[in-house]
Formats: sequence, structure tokens, C-alpha cells
Amino acid sequence: MAHNIRAEGLEKVYADTKALDGVTLDIEGGKILALVGLNGSGKTTFMRIIAGLEEPTRGSVLVDKGKMQSHELRKVATLIFQRTATFSTSVFDNVAFGLRIRGITKDQIERKVSEELASVGLASFQKRKAKRLSGGEQQRLALARAFAINPDLLLLDEPTANLDPASAIAIENIIRTIREDERRTVVLSTHNLHQARRLADKIAHIHYGRILEVANPDQFFMNPSNEITRKFVSGELQF
Amino acid sequence: MTVHSPKKRRRISKKLLGLSALAVILVAVATYVYLGSRSSPKQHLIVSTTTSLYETGLLDVLKVEFEKRYPMINVSFISQGTGLAMQTAMRGDADMILVHDAARELKFLQDGYGVNRKIVAYNFFVLVGPKEDPAKVKGLPPIEALRKIKESGEKNLALWVSRGDDSGTHAKEQSMWKTAGLDAANLRKTPWYLEAGSTMTATLKMAEEKGAYTLSDIGTYLVNLSNKNIKLEVAVESGKDMLNVYSAIANNPKKIEVARSNFDASTIFIKFLASEEGQAIFEMFGKTKFGKSLFIPYIRTLRSGSNPEVVKWVQELAYFDGTECPAQYRYQSEGLY
Amino acid sequence: MLGTILDAIQQALILILSGDQEVLAVTLRSISTSVLATSLSCIWGLPIAITMGLFSFRGKNLIRSLFNALLGIPTVALGLILYLLFSKSGPLGIFQLLYTPLGISIGQSVLITPILVSFASSAVESTDVEIKDLARTLGASDIQTGSIVIREALWGITLAVIASFNRAFAELGIAMMIGGNIRYVTRVLTTSIALETARGEIAFSIALAIILMAIVFAITGAINLLRKD
Repeated sequence: MAHNIRAEGLEKVYADTKALDGVTLDIEGGKILALVGLNGSGKTTFMRIIAGLEEPTRGSVLVDKGKMQSHELRKVATLIFQRTATFSTSVFDNVAFGLRIRGITKDQIERKVSEELASVGLASFQKRKAKRLSGGEQQRLALARAFAINPDLLLLDEPTANLDPASAIAIENIIRTIREDERRTVVLSTHNLHQARRLADKIAHIHYGRILEVANPDQFFMNPSNEITRKFVSGELQF
Repeated sequence: MTVHSPKKRRRISKKLLGLSALAVILVAVATYVYLGSRSSPKQHLIVSTTTSLYETGLLDVLKVEFEKRYPMINVSFISQGTGLAMQTAMRGDADMILVHDAARELKFLQDGYGVNRKIVAYNFFVLVGPKEDPAKVKGLPPIEALRKIKESGEKNLALWVSRGDDSGTHAKEQSMWKTAGLDAANLRKTPWYLEAGSTMTATLKMAEEKGAYTLSDIGTYLVNLSNKNIKLEVAVESGKDMLNVYSAIANNPKKIEVARSNFDASTIFIKFLASEEGQAIFEMFGKTKFGKSLFIPYIRTLRSGSNPEVVKWVQELAYFDGTECPAQYRYQSEGLY
Repeated sequence: MLGTILDAIQQALILILSGDQEVLAVTLRSISTSVLATSLSCIWGLPIAITMGLFSFRGKNLIRSLFNALLGIPTVALGLILYLLFSKSGPLGIFQLLYTPLGISIGQSVLITPILVSFASSAVESTDVEIKDLARTLGASDIQTGSIVIREALWGITLAVIASFNRAFAELGIAMMIGGNIRYVTRVLTTSIALETARGEIAFSIALAIILMAIVFAITGAINLLRKD
């Protein structure tokens, strides 16, 4: 069943910058949380820590009330990067990677890969070189790759930021189907407020490494309690 | 992590290439091993020698004939200047030397590194130069020729190229300048005296390019002349001052421990060079191509008495205390002297 | 002048096509000594290169600078050092490596290992950091991550190996000093070219040089064909 995630007092310091300055956030299991904020506000850093790709300088991540270390988080969470990363192999091998390292049998791999590629509309792309796919196709590949390993927590870092409108819509449709599923917990970062409104169950505003507001979409847009958030939503916010 | 994929076509061709690369490597290694094992008789004799013997091709013939006679010994020649050849032997990296510098050979014996010296052949250096002979030395005695070359050089009429390395040829050249009463160290600073610092062939080619005079052994000169590498002509030949004597010396097994195991092979080789068969090889070499022997067998000449004057010169130039090898430098030398 | 060169090239082609046994043996010896040298370098160099590419550790920059500096070592200088080491009166004299093809291989391996390590570690390092993150976020262990990074860098590593082979194949200083250019034993293409040039046998030298370069081009060409695959 879907897991509840809690970030508690997360801090992250790089050299002389503080990317996260005490972030505490609850992410409800089975729902989609959208994380919005200006560029450089700490969205990516937050996502990477939750995904277990980086250690916080302070603070912890709890899954269902139990603290998890980075290497444990990596087993239950997966992050889809803003700029898609692909292995220099075929589309099939990219999706199969996660399965192979888990020791799944060859037949099961073939079945699963075909299934996931079909679910993102890349069924006929199996033999193609992954790096030759278009931007939108690569993001769909990334999703198929993530689904194949069945993560409890799916993190999407600005998944449509670099895509053309048609591809962006395709990705959003896939995300919608996850939502209907309600088996996974999803965190989606975006600077597209409309997208957040379209897709999320809850929206959190992060600003210079701090959470300013967490609310459901209607409240977030109509009536945010934080002054800065209000400015952000209305587009008035200067750097 | 195993790699299984339904994309058979591409996998196969990559696998094929990978396998063929592996095959090539295996073939290469096998060939290497094969080539290496093809010549592994019991003993490897290493002879360090002069470039003038090496470059003429005489040694190839000696090797073939010697190994026919003694198939259990594999002889290899390392070509270096006389000085370097001696150092290599002193280090034990060579088992014997075949060189042409009596003064340094004596030191080699005196320092205890060598035993059983045997003079095997001789020939003459030649002083060669441009056809026009700007210094007008053709036919003159060698020492006088050198003096005239110096005079012409100072008048900017002629040039001289010196070997400039530690070879026996260079040592000869330096001693000739000394006999002529000139200080070689000073000569090096003059513009008409050039130093090649290289092999005999390279030195000859430099002399050719510059239209200069130089001292060469007859073998290398004739070989290069017939290859049309040079057009220099002989200005001065023969005469006692141009004598070039080749001797073989074995490493002293008592002093150079690492060479002890090959002392027998060295002895066999030296005896071969001194034998009728070996001496015949020296005499025959170059006869058909150049009409004369490039290396005159000394022992044959000695025994036949055909040229007592040259024998006298050899003894004056290259004998120590009246013998080619004084008794204290002989070791297990039955049958050699 | 041009006539002489063309003449020589013509003679060279005739020589190659006639299949001279000794030339064949010399060529094979060149190839096999360099293949062995490259293999040795891979054995002791690739683990170092991969470690350097994958991990950061204290002293890494020092090691990297060391290898970069060794890249520029002149072969004659290295040849001289190895010569003194391999000499019968030197510290490694008991192995009797001097004047043997194995000695040449070991010497060349010392020469090319800095090349292999520098290029291969660069290739691994410059694999996108994203690949590491991608592998990790898909649940790969450190070993699994390491091996996928290596697989992504395989092309660059292959190029490093080929570059090392070419360097060994075409070098003269070590083959000459350690091998001694002994006929039928340690004579290779480069030392033959040097000898025949010194002897004034220009046509023969050019023939050997053509063979040498043809092999280098063939290998490089074959690798590039692989790339397009």
C-alpha cells in the first residue's frame, strides 16, 4: 500500500551556500504533491535527498514513521531527472537495467519491458538506440524505466520543462494514470503553476530552501496564507 | 551481470568482432611464442662489436657458417661503437667483444675484463674526399694529407668530417691527428672540422653532402659506394698509418661472474674465427662484389708468409710485449696460440 | 630527388608483395611484442585507470599528475634506465630480459602504461555524472553502478588501448636499447628501419615504413568501423 513520506528538518549546505534551510514536509501516500518555486529555490536538492542520491547535512527522511538512510531510500524511491539520462544502449536495455540488477529472469524481463513500453506508447521502439530518441520520447522512456522497478515513491524533477507542448501533454497523461492508481506516492517539481494545478493533490511552495506554504490547489491559488507565496502565484515575485 | 537481449543481429556482429579481436591477439601471442622457441638451442652467445663490422654484413655470414658448424650455439651480435661494446661486455651483457682499437683493448686486458685476445683480420682505413680534391692530397702519405687538409681548411678550401663518437675509427683518426702534430681538441673548435657523432655510413653521407674529407674503414666505404649512397673518392689508402686491426677478446670469467656460463661458447667462437674455415670467410667476403677482400684474414697471412711487411706493421701497431696476448691474460687457452 | 623517392616506393611495393620471409618474421615480431606490451599494460593499468575514474581519494591528483608527467618521457631516456635495470649486472639481471623480445615487451609496457591510464581514466571520469545517478536511482549497488559506468566508457577505454598499442608498435628507443636489434631474435620493424637507413638501404627502409604505417592505419580504421556499428 502507499507509503507516507516525511521530511524532517532537512538542511543541505554546499561549500558556502545553504540550499535547504530546515525543510519539514509531509507527503501523503498515494497522492501527488507538486513542489513549486523559483529556480534555485532548492527543488532539485530536495528531490535528490528524498531519492537517496544525496545525504542531507542535517535532518532525516522518514517512510511510514521509520527513518531511512540514503541507500535504503534508493530501494524504494526513484528520481526522474529534468534532463533525461539514458544508457548508451537500446530502449529495451534501458528499461531492463533495473530488472536485471534485481536478478529477474529473462522471460519475465521481456514481458515486463514490453508491458511498460506499451504503457508509455513506446511499444515499437524496443530495438532503437535510446540516445537517438527525441526529448519527449526519452522522458517517456524514463517513465517506463521507472515503472518497471515498481517504486513506492516516484519523484519527477520538472519532467516537462524541456519538452514541446505535445510531449508535455503525453507525459501529463501518464502522470494522471499514476494518480488514478493510488498505489504510488508521487512528488512532482515544476515551475509551471498551471501544471501543478492540473495534476497535484497538494502543492508546496519552496523559497530559498524553506517551505512557505502547503495547501490543496484551490486554496493555494485562490487564497495562499503566505505573502510571498501570494506574490509568487500572481507572478509579481522578483528575485 | 549477464547480458541477454532479443536483438540478435547487432549482438552477433559485435560478438563476432570481439571474438575475432581475441583471435588476433591469440594468434599474435602464439606466433610470438613460436618465433621465440624456434631458436632456443642450449647456448646464447652475445658478441658486442663495432658498427663497421655490423653494417657491412660480414657478421651475418659468420653467424650462418658458425651455427652450421655448431648448431647448439646461437650467436647474436650487438653493434655499438668500440667503447660501448667494451662497456657492455664489462657489464656482462655481452660475452665477448670483436673490436679494432689496440690501445683500449690493452686496457681491457689490463683491467682484467678480458682474456684470450686473438687478432683475426685487418684492413686499411681510407681517406676519402670529393672528386675535385680541393686540398690536393691525392696519393700523399696519410699524415701529410691531414696536414694539408688542415691548411686548406683554414683557407676555407676544404672541410673535414670526423666520426666524433667513441668508435675505433674515431680513435684512429684522433691518433693520426696527434701523429701529425695537431691537437684534436683545438681542431674541434674550428669551422672546417665537423663532428658527425654517428655511424660510419652517416658520417660518409655527411661528408658527401658537404663535399668534405673523412676517414672511413674500407668495408663501409665500398658498401656505400656500390649502393650509390656516396660518390666520394679515395684520396689516400694503405700505408702503415692507415692500418686497421680487428681482434676478438673473451670476457674474463674470473672477473665478470655473470658471463662465466658462456665462456666456453666464447672460446669456441674465437677458435672458429681463427680456424681455416673462419679465416676463409673473412677472405671471401666482398670478393665477388668488390673484387677484393674487405677484411684480410690475419692468421692466414701470417702462416702463408705472403705479406711480411703488413705482418710487421700489425705487430708494431697491435702487439703487446711482442705478442697478441701476453701470458698473464690467457686463460684455458689451449689450442689458441 | 622526387625520382629517388618514387623509385624507392616502387621497390618497396615489389618487396612487400613478394612476401619476403624475413620481413614477415620481423613484422610478426613487431606485432606480437607490442600486443604483449599492451596486454601487460591493460593488466596493471586498467584497474588503476578505472579506480581513478570512478572514485575520489586522497592523493588522486598527485597520482594523476604523475601519470601525466610520465606521458612525456622520451623513449631513449626510458630505454636507458630500463637497460641499466635489465643488465646482467643490474638489479633485474637474473631475469635475463636484456636482448629478448620479452624484455622489449616489458619495456614498452612501462612506456605506454601512462598513456593507457591517463586516457582510460579520463574516459571513465568524463562519463556523464548522470549515468552514475541514473544507475543509483534505479537501485544499483556500488559495484553495479561501477560496472555500468565502465560499460558506458568502453569506447573511450578501447581508444586508450589502441592508442597505447600504436605507441608501442611505432616506438624505437626501447626496442633498440633493450632488444639490441639482433637479427632473427629481437629485430622489429622500427629497429630495422633504423638499421637499413643507417646502411643506406633507402628502398628497404621505405618498404618497412609503409608496412608499419599500413598496420597502424588498418587497426585504427577497423576500430572506427566498429564505432559505426
